[in-house]
Amino acid sequence: MDSVEIGLWGVPLAILGGAIRVSTPFIFVSLGECLTERSGRINLGLEGTLVFGAMSGYAIAYETGSPFAGVLAAAVSGACFGLLHGWICKFKGVNDIAVGIAMMLLGMGLAFFFGKPYIQPVAPDLPSINFGWWSDVPQVRAALQVNVLFILGGLLALAMAWMFRSTRVGLTVRVVGDSTDAARAMGLDPDRVRLLSTAMGGALAGVGGAYLSLFYPGSWTEGISSGQGLMAIALVIFARWNPVNCFWASLLFGGAGALGPALQSIGISEGYYLFFAAPYVLTLGLLILTSSPDRAMQGAPLELSLTK
Amino acid sequence: MSAADQIPTRAHLPGARILAGLALRAEAVAIPLAALLAGFAAFSLFLLVMGKSPAEFYGLVWKAGFSSAFSWQNTLSRVAPLVLAALCVALPARLGLVVIGGEGAIVLGGLAAAVTGTAVAGVPGYAGLILMALAAMAIGGFWIGAIGALRIRRGVNETISSLLMAYIAIALFNYFVEGPFRDPASLNKPSTAPLAEALRVGDMPWIAAHWGVVAGVLACLVSWVLIDRTTLGFAARIAGDNVRAAQVQGLPVARLVIGFTALGGAFAGLAGFFEVAAVHGSANASLIAGYGYTGILVAFLARHNPLAILPVAVLLGGFEASSGLIQRRMDLPDATILVFEGMVFVIILLSEALYGRFRIFTPAFWERR
Repeated sequence: MDSVEIGLWGVPLAILGGAIRVSTPFIFVSLGECLTERSGRINLGLEGTLVFGAMSGYAIAYETGSPFAGVLAAAVSGACFGLLHGWICKFKGVNDIAVGIAMMLLGMGLAFFFGKPYIQPVAPDLPSINFGWWSDVPQVRAALQVNVLFILGGLLALAMAWMFRSTRVGLTVRVVGDSTDAARAMGLDPDRVRLLSTAMGGALAGVGGAYLSLFYPGSWTEGISSGQGLMAIALVIFARWNPVNCFWASLLFGGAGALGPALQSIGISEGYYLFFAAPYVLTLGLLILTSSPDRAMQGAPLELSLTK
Repeated sequence: MSAADQIPTRAHLPGARILAGLALRAEAVAIPLAALLAGFAAFSLFLLVMGKSPAEFYGLVWKAGFSSAFSWQNTLSRVAPLVLAALCVALPARLGLVVIGGEGAIVLGGLAAAVTGTAVAGVPGYAGLILMALAAMAIGGFWIGAIGALRIRRGVNETISSLLMAYIAIALFNYFVEGPFRDPASLNKPSTAPLAEALRVGDMPWIAAHWGVVAGVLACLVSWVLIDRTTLGFAARIAGDNVRAAQVQGLPVARLVIGFTALGGAFAGLAGFFEVAAVHGSANASLIAGYGYTGILVAFLARHNPLAILPVAVLLGGFEASSGLIQRRMDLPDATILVFEGMVFVIILLSEALYGRFRIFTPAFWERR
């Protein structure tokens, strides 16, 4: 197909396409962290889970030939990391933030350890759906190549919002997140609810990692994550612990991440390395704007050590 | 608790009072030590599952890290940045802040040292070196101090902001090293201009390691005196235990938080200075070596006690120094040490649940003897 000259229109189009491509891991990690934090615990180790999910997803997809088996493997390994985190944090006197840092190092270490043999081989990619069939412009078609996981992430955000609002499970998680004592009085086991929420959160982060290695950028390398797992955690604060907001915030972050390559595509390469910093600066800026010195953050689960 | 327990009894055993005083200190040593051994055991199990010999692993660590003058040189060259990076975690931690972005301060400190080095090439004597070190400490202190200020003024979570700032620092570093400050002669590996010979930090006379080790020891001593022997440190410890109590007491919590984070950042910046002036000779990508992250583990293993940071840094420095030999001899990937560190870290944190669980470590246990 011939390339069509679309000039400066290429920039917003590339940002839109980039936002859809880049945001998917953010969506999964932030939804996972949203669930964990709603239960009153913070898991900073999702960066490690993401990297391990990327490795295990790629490895299993390569060994079995099925990218969906890879996604499943990433979810299972992520759940295992979540279970370990949740189990350790059960003990009194253990700081969940510090455990998260340790789990981040452990997850990356294990991913690099087992991932060494998979740096060279090529695993099958996840399929995507072409929403740009109506257009003749290749840039539009490229921008609208939407991966199935992105759509799944959007549906998951809606489902999770519904779960928190009107199901028994959602209510249980919310009660545990807002008051350990009230949950105990209701006959709930707060440690078990948090353990399961952390495990589910880990599984979702693992799926986010599998997207990185199986679709975009689409191969397993040791530098595959550039802090997405961590930014997603900051994003949950910005989204005020609301799953649907997590989805929109992820798109925004994806767009910021796509800014550098989009400008480069029309020949602006001055300060290219500075554009790498754009998503981090944006995250930090939003974190500063949305935090408050009074510690009373609207929408924050009351048992969360992050905001106490 | 029975009524008899509450009646104060005289100590019968000679020296029981001393033992009672030592009990809490003994706990602070015994539990991390036991956790470290448990970490070694867990990693041995991991190696066995992988079909490798733990004995060979620890033998190689001993050989490459501690057995000869050459291996000690290898270990000590890592001790300086590890100690300084660990202080960047430990000092804020005494105020209850978990700051983990020391890597950013190291990288920017190194860049500032290298850039200052090209600007002061003509300055005589040690003045040039001192200016370089000051520039590195200033930027490191600003970088981490800003995290403390954001925490205390805006309530921004310091753990997340410090890691984000580390990513921003590395992006800035790459921009400056590949752009404005790039030495045109550095073709394959973008670097700043190499430092003049007079601006290099040399080795100490009696041991083949650079002066950064001495700076690390001094920094630990200063930090220990500051925390344990001054009213400022006392105030910081109170604020670390209970912020609101400290504020009610009228302690200058905001200034303490900003001061301690800035001092920690200045130490991390100093680590960057030594890496540039003593090891690499210019600022380039080798500076991003992950010392900031290993420093987190060092600080937590040392329970944020500046004096304990030294032996822990030597131990972990030895492990990191043996990484290359382990890769070659045992056919293990370079991430092996990272797995080891991760396991030890998790187990150390798990051991936090043990404090106060053993009666042998309570003063009351000894006072009644």
